[in-house]
Amino acid sequence: MRIFDPHIHMTSRTTDDYQAMYDAGVRALVEPSFWLGQPRTSPASFFDYFDALLGWEPFRAAQYGIAHHCTLALNPKEANDPRCTPVLDALPRYLVKDSVVAVGEIGYDSMTPAEDTALATQLQLAADHGLPALVHTPHRDKLAGLHRTIDVVRESHLPPERVLLDHLNETTVKDARDSGCWAGFSIYPDTKMDEDRMIAILRIYGTEKILVNSAADWGRSDPLKTRKVGDAMLAAGFGDDDVDKVLWRNPVEFYGQSGRLQLGIATPEPLHEGNSILRGGE
Amino acid sequence: MPMSPTNPPLLTRKELDAQLGGAARAWLDEALAEAEHAAAHQDTEQPGGPYAAPPWELRYAAAGRHAGLEHADSVRALLLIEARATLPALTRLYEQGTAAERRAVLLTLHRLDLGPTALPLVEDALRTNDTRLIAAAVGPYAATHLEAHNWRHAVLKCLFTGVGVEAVDGLARRARGDAELARMLGDFAAERIAAGRDVPADLTRVLELTTPGAAAPTEES
Repeated sequence: MRIFDPHIHMTSRTTDDYQAMYDAGVRALVEPSFWLGQPRTSPASFFDYFDALLGWEPFRAAQYGIAHHCTLALNPKEANDPRCTPVLDALPRYLVKDSVVAVGEIGYDSMTPAEDTALATQLQLAADHGLPALVHTPHRDKLAGLHRTIDVVRESHLPPERVLLDHLNETTVKDARDSGCWAGFSIYPDTKMDEDRMIAILRIYGTEKILVNSAADWGRSDPLKTRKVGDAMLAAGFGDDDVDKVLWRNPVEFYGQSGRLQLGIATPEPLHEGNSILRGGE
Repeated sequence: MPMSPTNPPLLTRKELDAQLGGAARAWLDEALAEAEHAAAHQDTEQPGGPYAAPPWELRYAAAGRHAGLEHADSVRALLLIEARATLPALTRLYEQGTAAERRAVLLTLHRLDLGPTALPLVEDALRTNDTRLIAAAVGPYAATHLEAHNWRHAVLKCLFTGVGVEAVDGLARRARGDAELARMLGDFAAERIAAGRDVPADLTRVLELTTPGAAAPTEES
């Protein structure tokens, strides 16, 4: 089973996770920039974070045989902090980088005017840079947030097939699909979605334009949830081709719209006691 | 065996033209023309803000997807040379660059007229644990300009992180008769032996090169 996790925050994960993901079949992933739990206080800390997503993290991933790409943006939560919003002015110089395959995560958190501005501005940046957009749907007041998100997408210059609406569930999937956007589902141990509910959605809506991710981060989450969905699909009677479509071909097609996906990493570079990821000399 | 990033030779314009497809070749032609324009107007055109970049620098960022990742180092080096990149431009490209963009800056330093002014970039790369950057940092520019203490630590860092010492330009010349490097290597070997771990094969090789009377190499390693 080959797996592309289209949404996972590897800076928060360990090398054990990378190894377990490789063993489970993960060969590619996209790491969206997001909130770090601790609020940032200046654009400079965003820049260091973006640099890590363009430098150190792909290096770590490559050592475990996994191709790493990222999406960059000012996240919805910090779009409300005027100390952070100047990041929007610097994004153009980051969006030209080879491994940036979308603008994201953008979208709504509390549906404020500042979030309206950041979302519209960044959808335009995506259109200007020939990139798709990864749009987070809010945790609270989700259905209303989805409707407002779809309205802003409709008003933008970005066509719906270049937009991925993420963190969907049973209450939002229908309207998201009707919008013409791609539909993303985050499978979590407790919240968001679980494997069995995902199977039920796949039975109703099929496998077209549907992506499944672990969205694993610094909270309670599981980087192997993609594999668990694949196993659950097979157990539920879906075929190998269905699993490959949802867990590999769909994310390749969505992010491939950037023209920047490089999936050439075939085998892991050998790990060694002198390997730099062991901090040198350990 | 340790992971051993090396620095493949940079291709010339002619070699690139022979390997690139039509669209990539046309893209490179335009990119180099923009770099040449920047070189000719270096004194009159300044970036229009802290995040603004001249067109050739945007090409520099996009080299991997237009010319192929395997040619990105060569294309970026050609752009830097054609643009006659100054220290401020190099520093901006390095500091705002992906690991691949930083690597290309490091690989090109010795082909630009910089004297020792770009050493801070080399020293930054040597502080990282990214073996692609470390390998690129110990090239001809470091061989010429890096002072003895930092150079010795760079050699030791290669041994620590599994960067093959063949990446260290001028190794035989600079190691010859370097008693301090020999002491550092000896201490490192003793630490490994005390821990019951293997001593890297490259360590023995470098230690031999530190002998004062070591035969002059017929070719720089």
